[in-house]
Amino acid sequence: MSGIAGGASSNGDLLQIDNLGKRFGGFVALENISLSVAAGERLGLIGPNGSGKSTLVNCICGTLRNEQGAVRFDGRKLDGLEAHQRTRLGLARSFQLPRPFASLTLADNIRIPLLYTVAARGIIHSTREVEERCHHLLGEVGLEAKAQRLPRDLTQVEMRKLELARAMAALPKLLIADEAMAGLTHSEIEEILTLLSRLNAQGVTIILIEHIMRAVMSFSRRLVVLVSGRKIADGAPEAVMRDPEVERAYLG
Amino acid sequence: MIFSFDLLINAIVSGILIGGFYAAVTSGVSLAFGILDIVNIAHPAFIILGSYVAYIVNATFGIDPILTAIVATPLFYVLGAGIYQIYYVSFEKRGQESLRGLAFFFGLLFITEVSLVLYFGVDYRYVAAPYIGPTWHLGDVDLPLRIMVPCVVSLLLIAALQLVLTRTFIGRAIMAVAQDQLALRLMAVDPIRIKRIAFGIAIATASLAGAFLIIIQPVEPSVGREYIGRVFAICVLGGMGSLPGTVIAAMLVGIVESLTSTFYGPSWAPAVSFGFLLLTLAVRPAGLLGR
Amino acid sequence: MRTLPFLLICLVVAAAVFAGSLAIGNDYVFFAGYVILQYVVLSTAWNILGGYCGYVNFGTGAFFALGAYSTVAIYKLIENNEFPHIVPIPVLMLVGGAVSAVVGLGMGYLTLRLRGAFFSIATLALAVVLETLVVNWDYVGGSRGAYVIRPEQLPLIGSYIRYLFLMMLLLAVAAITISRLIEHSRLGYGFATIRDDELAAEASGVPTLRLKLIATTLSGALMGMAGAPFPYYIGYLQPDSTFGLDYAVNSIAMPLIGGTTTWVGPLIGTLLLGTLQQVATVTISSAVNLLIVGFLLVFFVIVAPNGIVGLVHTYWQRKPAEFVGRRHVDADAPGAVP
Repeated sequence: MSGIAGGASSNGDLLQIDNLGKRFGGFVALENISLSVAAGERLGLIGPNGSGKSTLVNCICGTLRNEQGAVRFDGRKLDGLEAHQRTRLGLARSFQLPRPFASLTLADNIRIPLLYTVAARGIIHSTREVEERCHHLLGEVGLEAKAQRLPRDLTQVEMRKLELARAMAALPKLLIADEAMAGLTHSEIEEILTLLSRLNAQGVTIILIEHIMRAVMSFSRRLVVLVSGRKIADGAPEAVMRDPEVERAYLG
Repeated sequence: MIFSFDLLINAIVSGILIGGFYAAVTSGVSLAFGILDIVNIAHPAFIILGSYVAYIVNATFGIDPILTAIVATPLFYVLGAGIYQIYYVSFEKRGQESLRGLAFFFGLLFITEVSLVLYFGVDYRYVAAPYIGPTWHLGDVDLPLRIMVPCVVSLLLIAALQLVLTRTFIGRAIMAVAQDQLALRLMAVDPIRIKRIAFGIAIATASLAGAFLIIIQPVEPSVGREYIGRVFAICVLGGMGSLPGTVIAAMLVGIVESLTSTFYGPSWAPAVSFGFLLLTLAVRPAGLLGR
Repeated sequence: MRTLPFLLICLVVAAAVFAGSLAIGNDYVFFAGYVILQYVVLSTAWNILGGYCGYVNFGTGAFFALGAYSTVAIYKLIENNEFPHIVPIPVLMLVGGAVSAVVGLGMGYLTLRLRGAFFSIATLALAVVLETLVVNWDYVGGSRGAYVIRPEQLPLIGSYIRYLFLMMLLLAVAAITISRLIEHSRLGYGFATIRDDELAAEASGVPTLRLKLIATTLSGALMGMAGAPFPYYIGYLQPDSTFGLDYAVNSIAMPLIGGTTTWVGPLIGTLLLGTLQQVATVTISSAVNLLIVGFLLVFFVIVAPNGIVGLVHTYWQRKPAEFVGRRHVDADAPGAVP
């Protein structure tokens, strides 16, 4: 089952962030963030705790409103659009701390984006299709056996997988994975990375936000570093890691 | 509607005085809801309970209501601490405060009110005290003592609370528990215990507020209902947990209610505080002196 | 079970209830039964916004009263202009429902962007503002109240109360059917996500504001429809008792006692609590009513948070208490609109 191949704006970028700024009262969370992501890219976003990574994701996805700057996705300006509208355009995210729908079964958790995003876009038309995709997605993340269980019966890594599966169910063109691997074991991290790679091979652009350097370095083709709300580096992973400013931010 | 400067001044002064009293009434909610995020809509019922306690002691022994209330404060504190414990174990711990916690307090409101009805009936009750009759006159301005005395004591109560919150360890722990429970734990302070103390204090204020109420006006069990909205309106308007903000908001509401009542008739007064509330929520949920 | 067979079964049960009540031969059954049926509608309506979506509305009394006062307004209109007197109850229900629906929509628009507790407080505020407006509107009697004269007898059915009972019975069937239809539709799933985690719901593509507005409008409409016949039932309508919190506490307690995640919960809770209250009113006093409600509410909310339905699930089927089996959701079923 393929994801929707990435669309493109006039200059070929799927996501374009121009001069984004966000404050919370007097505190400047993000300042002058400009970033372009091409379709099909594997972008890693790193930075120390509190550097604004999650705030950036929230602004892109519409959970928070940025005061300055603009975000364009697939050629469209996202300003003023609600979060659910952005999801329907093909922008999906997983949450740092998994937020499953606690009173719904795993299968129902997956059905929600299928019914509300995919069906709303007219991509699928019948109950049978919904069920098929639901099964398929649960299978892709290895959770088919627990389809009728509740999220509270899941282990840590299973919750993460559910979180990703739910984002994948929305058939995104761009998926932002927010610290999907925190607290996982070596092999569990590999599982998630394999999943993301497979998605990317199907045409989904991926932005990976992570602290686990090994995972970021192996997965990303391009690395962006955020420190104290500013972008301080953007380029090939090895080059970025050798950048003195980046070194200082992490070690100094 | 005859407009006279005299009437205007008196309406404003009256509003200020009542506002002082409203501040005391709201202080418990500012503490519970503003700082601790506990939606205690039963608070007005506890205030009425305080009124009846003052009434019984006054009717039986002739003791001053405010004095009674001060003595009753520890009892109300224990009540508050107990209620919080139940609330914590049943709801906060399970993460179900929004629907069930709310319903819990709603139920308590009714239990308290109806119990009072069954025990005391629906007749209005009064207290007697030397300052209830007389009125001072400052030029054209009337200052009925039965409102002035509660107003002054209310403001003293608020000042005392503010001192506790800002100068004592417990007080600062209470302010901290709203923002950073982890930090408290790291200092080996049990946040649950702090919240219990805070809620106990909140209900303790109801004892005094109740005495003030029955000094100002006759009381019967359902009088509390008109205070539910008023109290939350003032709490939100005052910035949710800021005691100085509560005082300002309370006086504002008092003045507008008084002006409305004087110039448009008392039947429009209830809509004032509730209208305020809606406006505040729509425009600036953080209130006037927002956190 | 699909909706149509369910509806037919309900109608059969309703017919049996009506026939049974006629057989008892005492009109008191209709008076008492009317109140219970009225609460079935009110608690089912409340549950659509409160149980399904998780937004606690304290303004049940206001919507109920709007329906009642719509009827009074129409009654006065007829009285003053000497039209033929009897407007059929279903028409009154539609009018009352429409008025309450519009107000519900407006209220939703003003308040639904507020976080849980603030929303609830705002509903309280709105209820009082509405009450103040009605109290100051002399056309419908203002604070003095309004008298409505109940017609004596109707052909075929007999006393008017039987007609009122029948109408409320049909409304209750409608309310339950709608509630059940929603629960098993895409809309119901959407509501559940709003209850569980609104942020995640938005991220999954659920248009939360739109769904919440649907819930408030529908909920308000049903409450208004329940209120429309009330002036004929009671004969003398007074603002403070009609707008009062008593309706709120009942319409909150009944679903919480029965179970909030499903259509059955409010029904069970109402039958239980409603009957208890009727018995208490007759044997002890009417003030004790609210004490019972208060105690049961507090008790259930602490001990059995998922209500009677939850208890049944836990002991009978050994499934987790919150889970109410949902199987097929029809992507192309009528409820799939939003």
